[in-house]
Amino acid sequence: MTALVNVHLLDAFYGDFQALFGVCLELQPGETVAIIGANGAGKSTLLKSLAGLVRNRRDAIKFNGDDIGDAPAASIVRRGLALVPEGRRLFPSLTVEENLLIGGYGDKRGAPWNLKAVYDVFPVLRERRNSDVTILSGGQQQMVAIGRALMSNPSVLLCDEISLGLAPIVVEDIYRTLPLIRANGASVVIVEQDVARALRHCDRFYCLQEGWVTLSGRPSEVNQDAVRAAYFGS
Amino acid sequence: MIGGIDTLLEGMLLGGVYALFAVGLSLIFGIMRLVNLAHGDIIVLGAYLILTAMAAVGVSLGVATLLTVVAMFLAGFALQRLVLERVLGEDILPPLLVTFGLSIVLQNGLLLIFGADSRRLQAGAFEATSINLAPGLSIGLAPLIALLTAIVVVALLQLLFYRTLLGRAFRATADNPEIAQLMGIDQRNIYAFAVGLSLAVSAIAAVTFGIRSNFDPSIGPARLLYAFEAVIIGGLGSLWGTLAGGIVLGLAQTIGGRIDPEWQILSGHLAFLIVLILRPHGLFPAGRR
Repeated sequence: MTALVNVHLLDAFYGDFQALFGVCLELQPGETVAIIGANGAGKSTLLKSLAGLVRNRRDAIKFNGDDIGDAPAASIVRRGLALVPEGRRLFPSLTVEENLLIGGYGDKRGAPWNLKAVYDVFPVLRERRNSDVTILSGGQQQMVAIGRALMSNPSVLLCDEISLGLAPIVVEDIYRTLPLIRANGASVVIVEQDVARALRHCDRFYCLQEGWVTLSGRPSEVNQDAVRAAYFGS
Repeated sequence: MIGGIDTLLEGMLLGGVYALFAVGLSLIFGIMRLVNLAHGDIIVLGAYLILTAMAAVGVSLGVATLLTVVAMFLAGFALQRLVLERVLGEDILPPLLVTFGLSIVLQNGLLLIFGADSRRLQAGAFEATSINLAPGLSIGLAPLIALLTAIVVVALLQLLFYRTLLGRAFRATADNPEIAQLMGIDQRNIYAFAVGLSLAVSAIAAVTFGIRSNFDPSIGPARLLYAFEAVIIGGLGSLWGTLAGGIVLGLAQTIGGRIDPEWQILSGHLAFLIVLILRPHGLFPAGRR
């Protein structure tokens, strides 16, 4: 089976600062992959590289066999990679429903994800469709951010720290929607600070430390000491 | 009594022209956070283009305006893609300097081509037609149409912004250009469209202004000042506010001018300062809905 996403020897930079070193990663159709690591390990940079917010060497990232390492963000989401950005980053001038609709800006398919499908998964958003997003609770804002990304009908959903600043019970609610998202045909990449939660919800994981992949595999195949060593260094 | 009403009507009608000056400025600032210092000169350019289309091509005022609106839209699109795009970034100074330079280029270019004589757009009989409201109280048809045009332009832009996909893309880009790209919005085209729209509206401003008063290549900066004042009085980011700001400015100038003709411009500026002191965010600051 050919990989949906193939990252090969990715070195990513912010100006002169190198954030990623020779990162290799694969994502198969229908898979959930977690990326774990401490603060500053390069997790968000990796997602931003995939989404086109950080531009890289052209052949460092393949999606469906096409080189997209240097493609602009707007073209990448049209190809089917959608990012739920860290900190949600909703558009404050747009209502809940408008935020969702703008997510489908470049989408021609309209299925499986559309307003109705998103509202069915997050019914509370239907009640608040005309609200200002700034008055929503953190959990509701996160639902809008996820729904907004789904509206582009992605084949890969990239989730950056979707549990950040949310109550544990709300986080579980949000994580419960991941299987449904996969059932609708999207692979999922989650970046998560909470290692236990990440390992519980993924098929495979990659651990980053200071820009290098220090460990990867299936959660069932590695022991806690190995993860701890890969996470903190030894 | 009649004189008072006449002054108020006159001021409101003048406000329509000022509102049209201001809408184009407000558009670019609202979406791109760019202050276009060449805005006044762009309006003057529009007036000369209409003049040229009428004189050289021989079309009527209406057709000339339509052609100019289209030409100015395309010019705005090109201006953004070829010039402004290269200097937009974190630093607000480079685009400011570029538009300042553009202002000087336009003034001198117009001077070179058309000379320093003042001109006026000829609207024929239409120009002199007035409507009698009461004995001794009448308003000119042309100024009335200018105000109605301003209202229609603002209403259409409001529809565009709040009822269309493109409008949502404008607002999303204004909120956060980086995240807007993640939605598949090509920021370069959105900005180019915004500048095109601003210049197209400036062409409409140019025709209402060119019928009403004389223009020559040097008057752009003063129009920019009125546009600024109308935007600030109305409140940044609100198009209806900009319309109201134009009317407040028009009223202040007309009332001041009625007291003493020398006070006309001064009282406009005073009204601006008073609003700035009492309501620093303008009369109708953009309600983040």
